[in-house]
Amino acid sequence: MGNAIVFDNVRKSYGQKAVIPNLNLSIAEGTITVLVGPSGCGKTTTMKMINQLIQPSSGKIYVNGSNALDISPVELRRNIGYVIQQVGLFPHMTIEENVTLVPRLKKQAGEVNREQVDRMLQLVGLNPDEYRHRYPRELSGGQQQRVGVARALMSDPPIVLMDEPFSALDPITREQLQDELIRLNQELNKTIVFVTHDMDEALKIADQIIVMQDGHVIQQSTPEQILRHPANEFVRGFIGEKRLTSHLTQSVDEVMVKHPVTIAPQKGLAEAVKMMVRKRVTGLIVVDKDGTYLGLADSADIHARYPEESLSIRDVMRADAAVVNVSTPLAETIPLVQQAPYGYVPVVDDLGRLRGLLTRASLVDVLARPYLEGGEEHE
Amino acid sequence: MSEILNVIIDRWPNIVDATWQHIVLSIVALFWAIVLAVPTGILLTRFRKLATPVLGFISVLQTIPSLALLGFMIPLFGIGATPAVIAMVVYALLPIARNTYTGILDVDPALLEAARGMGMTKGQMLRMVELPLARSVIFAGIRTATVMTIGVATLASFIGAGGLGDLILRGIAMVDTGIILAGAVPAAILAILFDMLLAWTDWRITPKGLRIQNRT
Ligand SMILES: Nc1ncnc2c1ncn2[C@@H]1O[C@H](COP(=O)(O)OP(=O)(O)OP(=O)(O)O)[C@@H](O)[C@H]1O
Ligand SMILES: [Mg+2]
Repeated sequence: MGNAIVFDNVRKSYGQKAVIPNLNLSIAEGTITVLVGPSGCGKTTTMKMINQLIQPSSGKIYVNGSNALDISPVELRRNIGYVIQQVGLFPHMTIEENVTLVPRLKKQAGEVNREQVDRMLQLVGLNPDEYRHRYPRELSGGQQQRVGVARALMSDPPIVLMDEPFSALDPITREQLQDELIRLNQELNKTIVFVTHDMDEALKIADQIIVMQDGHVIQQSTPEQILRHPANEFVRGFIGEKRLTSHLTQSVDEVMVKHPVTIAPQKGLAEAVKMMVRKRVTGLIVVDKDGTYLGLADSADIHARYPEESLSIRDVMRADAAVVNVSTPLAETIPLVQQAPYGYVPVVDDLGRLRGLLTRASLVDVLARPYLEGGEEHE
Repeated sequence: MSEILNVIIDRWPNIVDATWQHIVLSIVALFWAIVLAVPTGILLTRFRKLATPVLGFISVLQTIPSLALLGFMIPLFGIGATPAVIAMVVYALLPIARNTYTGILDVDPALLEAARGMGMTKGQMLRMVELPLARSVIFAGIRTATVMTIGVATLASFIGAGGLGDLILRGIAMVDTGIILAGAVPAAILAILFDMLLAWTDWRITPKGLRIQNRT
């Protein structure tokens, strides 16, 4: 596989200030390459030099083998997909008009068919019949960015640039779109250059990560190699920002789920089932109206006695399940959670009131940390 | 009251004539104002350093009292419709040019960035993004200019351009309130009608996607 993009001694300065002093970089075809680094390190500048939204002060940039500076910027950009954080859908155009914009600019009007629009919208998880004729303002932020991605892919460009495309979205939508980007590129094999300042995002989606600092590339490697062999303290710090505190010093309060789904003891079983379905949980924590913890009602217990219509939650809950106090050191709670029959343990305060829930999932991070951090020393 | 009614009935052909002249004067002036001011506003967004001096100059023109400006026209262009229309155009320039300029500058920079990144040329950006999105602001400028122009047109009869000002002037000369009103009331009604017509047009041609309120 060749290189889709090559930076050859590229320099960009504004007045006296060299934002990118001297950049050499190769980005392999068909990969997702993520530029990551702190704010102001030059990620956006680097990306925008690829489609000439920013002109380098000196040096050469090769895109698909030809010197990008020899191609007219307009021509170059029409063959490079571009997705930005603010989405930038045109509010006066329908979704279809937005998606077909680049082909229309290229005057391939004859070739833009319904089918292709449908295929693109489906690819990004939108029902074409429902969305084709809607307007951007009628869509949620996540849906808008899906359209933004469809628009960038519509004319089938070999390279797609994405500048923090998911940063403005809520965490759940962001995760979904990250997953879909990975899936989508397994299908399409585009060269995707993706900018983010979120190392977790980079680790998740990247084939290659490029860590930047002050306009320099500090490390370019696979996520696995970056985790195992961070090039220096800076990279280590950047990987570990959230992982820095060791599990021994963390408190139960910090890792527990803060607002578990609760139910009052006098509620009926049907209500409980409905609530579990709606909140997408497999068990409920029973608390009285003062918030005092009473017991656990798991879906298995509820379903087993569901036919008995006169029962309430009080009759099926387990009052004897293990609980932990918020002040318990985290290390001591780990075996409790691992042995808990449902995989979760309620957290209570000194007065017996429910404070949160420790789940296996909330401990995964804590348990995995020593391996990620100690990786180097233990080799 | 009946006195005024009598005036209206007596002078009906007169009023219709004058109103028609008034409308023609105003429309011609607005046409030229739009033709001059919209491109000026667009050019100023491309040469932004010129915006302050140019818009400043146009607003200085606007501070000249209308009667005085009409007076200046006589040595330059004589009397009649032409100097009157020129004076009216001068007044109508500012709101249109200024709104064109600010309307285009107010377009969300993220949209321009997206447009440029997708490979639009400058012309395509103007046609497909900037003008459609600035259109309602430009239209608001045209509405302001319209109401002003219809007002200024009443003074045009001072230099012999006709219009409803003729009735008003005659009324003043004859100290006849009825005749003054026969000129002033249609002028006011014209201004209101034109404003409403433009408001309706604006609403009609606003793309559906822009009529939807922003969710955020
Ligand atoms: N037009 C400009 N004139 C002067 N300096 C600029 C200009 N554009 C960017 N810079 C500077 O260049 C540096 C790199 O900017 P860039 O936008 O590439 O950062 P970034 O890594 O994308 O940051 P962020 O994560 O905040 O988006 C910053 O210090 C910025 O202040
Ligand atoms: Mg940036």
